[in-house]
Amino acid sequence: MTRTVRLAGYLLLWSYAAVALAPMLVMLLNSLRPNADVLSVPLGLPSTLDFTNYETAWTEASFSTYVWNSVLVTAGAVALDVGVALPASYALGRFGFRGRAVLTAYFLAGLMLPVRLGILPTFHLLGSMNLIDSRLGLILVYAAGGIPFSVFVMTAFFRGLPADLDEAARLDGAGELRIFARIMVPLVKPAIATVVVFRFVPLWNDFFYPLVLLRSSDRYTLPVGLTQFFGEFQTNWAALFAGLVITTVPLIVLFVVATRQIVEGLTAGLGR
Amino acid sequence: MRRRLIAFWFVLPAFLLYTVFAVYPLLSALANSFWRWQGTARAGFAGTDNFTGLFTTFPLDQQLWPAFWHTMAFFAGTMLMQNTVGLLIAVLLAELPVARRFLRTVFTVPYLVGGLVVGYLWSLLLSPVFGPVGAGLDAMGLGALARPWLGDPATALPTVILVNAWHHLGFPILLFGAALAGLPPEYGECARVDGATAWQRFRRVTLPLLLPSIGVISILTFLGSMNTFELVYALSGAQGNQPTGPGGATDVLGLLFYRIAFAEGGTNAIGQSSALAVLLFIATFVVAVTADRFIRSRS
Repeated sequence: MTRTVRLAGYLLLWSYAAVALAPMLVMLLNSLRPNADVLSVPLGLPSTLDFTNYETAWTEASFSTYVWNSVLVTAGAVALDVGVALPASYALGRFGFRGRAVLTAYFLAGLMLPVRLGILPTFHLLGSMNLIDSRLGLILVYAAGGIPFSVFVMTAFFRGLPADLDEAARLDGAGELRIFARIMVPLVKPAIATVVVFRFVPLWNDFFYPLVLLRSSDRYTLPVGLTQFFGEFQTNWAALFAGLVITTVPLIVLFVVATRQIVEGLTAGLGR
Repeated sequence: MRRRLIAFWFVLPAFLLYTVFAVYPLLSALANSFWRWQGTARAGFAGTDNFTGLFTTFPLDQQLWPAFWHTMAFFAGTMLMQNTVGLLIAVLLAELPVARRFLRTVFTVPYLVGGLVVGYLWSLLLSPVFGPVGAGLDAMGLGALARPWLGDPATALPTVILVNAWHHLGFPILLFGAALAGLPPEYGECARVDGATAWQRFRRVTLPLLLPSIGVISILTFLGSMNTFELVYALSGAQGNQPTGPGGATDVLGLLFYRIAFAEGGTNAIGQSSALAVLLFIATFVVAVTADRFIRSRS
C-alpha cells in the first residue's frame, strides 16, 4: 500500500468516526445546557456543567422508575433465559438420546423465526394468565424469545468440551446434578457471559413488547417511558437530550466493559 | 434409559417456556388467519378471505403496497451501504493498525443504541427549526442545503434509510472484521509474491472469501427490515394509528402490522393482522432459507 493510499485510508476512517460519534456528542453536550440555549444555538458547548435537565428527567418525568423497571425486566429475563437454557444445552450437547437432533433443530429454528409476529396471540395468552400490564409477563416473553440464541451458543460450547470430563466423574460415582452444577457449568462460563451480555442489549432497547403489553406508567421500561416523555416535554429539548443519554449510557458502559462478549455474540452466527 | 430420563428433565423447562411463549403464539397466529373475527370472538371460517382482504379492503388496499415497497427500499438501501461502506471501513481497519481498537469501538457504539433512541435523537437533530444539523450546515455556509428532510415526501424515506444505515453500520464492520481476521494470511502472501496489486488481491482473493459474510449480513438486514418499527415510529413522530411520514412516505410493513393489530380498532383486526403476519412470516422464512442454502453452496 502506498503512502497516499494509506493517508487517504486514515482520513476516511477518522471522517467516519466523526460521523458515527458526532450525533452522540451533540446529544451529550446539549443535555448539559439550559433549554433556552439549546433552542437558540442548537450547536454549542455547555458554558457550565448543569445537571438540571437530568433532575427534570429523573424526578419530574420519573426516569428513576423507568430505569428500575428496565433493570428488573432485563435482568429477570436474561436470568430466566440462561437458567433454563443452560441445563437444556448441556443435555443437547453432551447426552446421546433418540430425538436429540430434532429437538436441537426445534430450538434453533427460533433463530430464524420472527417471534414478534405472534404478538396478538401472546397478548391474549398473557391476558388469560392475568399477566397483561405485568413485568413478569414481559420477562416470560423475553426469556422465551432468547432461548434459541442461548441454546445455540451454549450447546456448541458444551459439545466442544473434552469427552472424558463428565465420564470420569460419573465413574467416581458423582450424581448427574452434581456433575452438571459443579463440573460443567463452571467450564462454560465464557459462553454464559456471551449470552448474558448479548441478550441484555436488545431487551434493554425493546419498545415493541412493552408498548403492547404494559399499561400503567409506573411499570414502563425506558423505551416506553421515553415515548411518554417525548410527548409531555416536547418543548424542553435539553431535557429530551438528557432522557436519551440516560437510556443510552448503560449500553455504552456495558460495551466498554464487555467488548469481547458483544463481538463474540455478533459473530456467533458466522461459523454456522 | 436412565440418561434419556435425565435429558428429559434437563430440557423440559426450556422446552415449555419456548413452546408456550414463542412457538405457540406463532402457530396460533397462523390458525387465526383463517377465521373471521368479531373483536376477540371467532365469527366463522374465512378460508383465504383475510389474505385477499389485505389487498382489496379500504384502507389496506391503499397502504399495503406502498408499505411493501418502502420496506424493500429500506432493505436495499441499508444492505447496499453495509456491503460497500461497511466493507470498505472493515478492510481499512484490518490494514491500518493505528488506533484500531478505539476506532472499532466508536464505529460500534451507534449499533448498540436502540432504534427508538436513534429515531428520537435524529428527529431532534434534523428538526428544521431548532435542529443542530441545519445549524451545522449554516455554520459551514451551506445553509442553502438545509431543508425539512423528514417533512418533505421526496426526502423523508431516503433520510430514514440513511439514519438506519448510520444506526447499523457497526454490525458489518464487526462481522467483516472477524471474517478478515479469520482468513489465512497465506492467501494474500501468495498473491503478493505473484506480483498482484492491492486492488487485485482484494478483488480476486479477499472478496470471494468474504461472500459468506456478505450473505449473512444481507439475510440479517432483510429480517431486520421486515421487522422495522421503532426507528420509523420515533423518527416520524408517529402514534402508530395512521400512515407515517408526509403522505405516508415512510410507512413500512412492521408499522402497518402494528396498526392493524392494535391501533386501528377494526372488528376483524385479529384476522387481518394474522394474515399479514403469516405473509411476512413466509416471506422472511423463504428468503432466509434460500439465501442460507445459496451461501452454504458457495462456501
